[in-house]
Amino acid sequence: MNALETRTRAARDAGRKLLLPYVTGGVTDDWGDLLRAAVDAGADAIEIGFPFSDPTLDGPVIQQSSDQALRRGATTRRILDEIARVAPPVPVIAFSYANLVLRPGADAYCAALADAGVGGLIVPDLPVDEMAPVAAAAQAHALDLALLAAPSTPLRRCADIARRSRGFVYAVSLMGTTGARSRPHESARELVRCLREETDLPVVLGFGIAAPGQAAEAAGYADGIAVGSALMRRLLDGATTAQLGAFLAQLRAALEPAG
Amino acid sequence: MDHLLPGPKTAVSRRPTGLGRFGEYGGRFVPESLVPACAEVEQAFTDAWADPLFRAELRHVLAIYVGRPTPVTPAARLSAELGVNLLLKREDLAHTGSHKINNVLGQALLARRMGKRRLIAETGAGQHGVATATAGALLGMPTTVLMGERDIERQQLNVFRMTMLGAEVIPVTSGTRTLKDACSEALRHWVTSVEDSYYCLGSAMGPHPYPWMVREFQRVIGDEARTQCAADLATGTPDFVVACVGGGSNAAGTFAGFVDTPALLVGVEAAGGAAISAGSPGVLHGFRSKVLQDEHGQIAEAHSIAAGLDYPGVGPEHAYLADLGRASYVCVDDAEVLAATHRLARTEGILCALESAHAVAWVIRAAGDGTIPPDATVLLTLSGRGDKDMATLMELS
Repeated sequence: MNALETRTRAARDAGRKLLLPYVTGGVTDDWGDLLRAAVDAGADAIEIGFPFSDPTLDGPVIQQSSDQALRRGATTRRILDEIARVAPPVPVIAFSYANLVLRPGADAYCAALADAGVGGLIVPDLPVDEMAPVAAAAQAHALDLALLAAPSTPLRRCADIARRSRGFVYAVSLMGTTGARSRPHESARELVRCLREETDLPVVLGFGIAAPGQAAEAAGYADGIAVGSALMRRLLDGATTAQLGAFLAQLRAALEPAG
Repeated sequence: MDHLLPGPKTAVSRRPTGLGRFGEYGGRFVPESLVPACAEVEQAFTDAWADPLFRAELRHVLAIYVGRPTPVTPAARLSAELGVNLLLKREDLAHTGSHKINNVLGQALLARRMGKRRLIAETGAGQHGVATATAGALLGMPTTVLMGERDIERQQLNVFRMTMLGAEVIPVTSGTRTLKDACSEALRHWVTSVEDSYYCLGSAMGPHPYPWMVREFQRVIGDEARTQCAADLATGTPDFVVACVGGGSNAAGTFAGFVDTPALLVGVEAAGGAAISAGSPGVLHGFRSKVLQDEHGQIAEAHSIAAGLDYPGVGPEHAYLADLGRASYVCVDDAEVLAATHRLARTEGILCALESAHAVAWVIRAAGDGTIPPDATVLLTLSGRGDKDMATLMELS
């Protein structure tokens, strides 16, 4: 078992809900500081977005943060250098796109990630049917390739995804792109329940979780949450690193059992 | 002089293998949320295409509404000037003015058969958007067209046509605000509305089954032309079959009719959007093919005077045909295209689309430098009419 999955399982087994903040790599000068602030606020792992020119899964906020990072000259190499420099004491998960992985070649890409200390990989436009070459490369470099399951995923496919995912399973809470919603979709709870029947991997819920109340509700049935657009929205609106840390601390608190 | 590849050496697969593979290209690189939707389209198309009733219904609509078969017109005066025998397959005469309608009616009938109530489409220059709006009106299906903000500014006439036809045009403000961003936005839009909406993709690209399905809906061009050539030509088949390539649907449909003949197949790309000639393997908009990209894997912006060829990728079957050596891909630049547009208008009385003029431009060049030998027969698919380009041409003259 790789380091990321060891960590996610240990947290879950100890009754701790996982908090996975998402930060677009290279979005500002001092984005590395945000990684430290996230750890201080109680993040269990951090997703780093590798900006892509044509992100088919991302809503307006992540599109904007990705555009901003690309305009600032973000590249895979520069983002990895910053991750290696900051060396956060929690696992780092690369949130990428298929073309960024396949352009240098899956093996070279995974090797570069592992060298920088990255422990996990999410490629949202690489469904389970297309994952084989990347999964092999990830495994060869001790990276956990975490897979997404969606409310539209049929039961048998959920089982396949759950079986082949590593680190955790990412449950997409709704039929839509990344971004804040007023409340998680009804389908989220049902999806998490289906995944649980197929795997003992931790199940992390993402998409649309923007506020402590939603985090608390998700903690009632999932093993943790991923928070991206809500954090990046605040960053794009000019929030300081301290303010962003405080927001994550609120979510952390909301994930703890009451009392 | 372009180096062209000879006729069939290899048996070309007629249907993609596995998960939509044309050799190493194709596939289904979409977010998990959309995988079941693509699988549903694949199943529905496979069933429909094997159903004689569906085929008969489509054939009927293409006859009484689109005006098929479109004629093959000998370009007599231009042929005499060039010293070759040039035949034009007249998709510009199809209803709405281009070949796009062939695919759109096929997909719209499929959507109705699947019980979907709404149509979604992306568009660049607006031709596919207009065709989809037309099918939406014909079948009574509300239609939403995603179009880049910059293209909306450049193509006011087509935006108005779509509105007249009752479609809703949604501006796309992300990225370069052109066709490639409209494609990304259409996929994102489809994710949120997949239960009642059908994504009507405009070219022989995208996730499986779209490249295969769109080629099948466009093969009516090649199948008709083959029959027409067999009736009119002493040799039965033309020596050259030429079509312009952006995403590549009119070329895919044309080539499908001739891939098993000795004809040399030539796809003509825009110099600023030459995914096969200048691109490298990559994944964009749900499929693997040749794309224009930088060393990091970021997709580059294409540039062409023809908005319909302003796309940094190309349909996966074309990348495959190029690798196999069954088709050749060449480029022409904007200046050659403008000259060809004027020359075809003056010699034949046909104002063709700037996209189609790419094919004409290459034939003019190739006849001049001997790539096309004297008296050879050339079938060229004239994919659309030029009315939409008059504003561009007025600005340039």
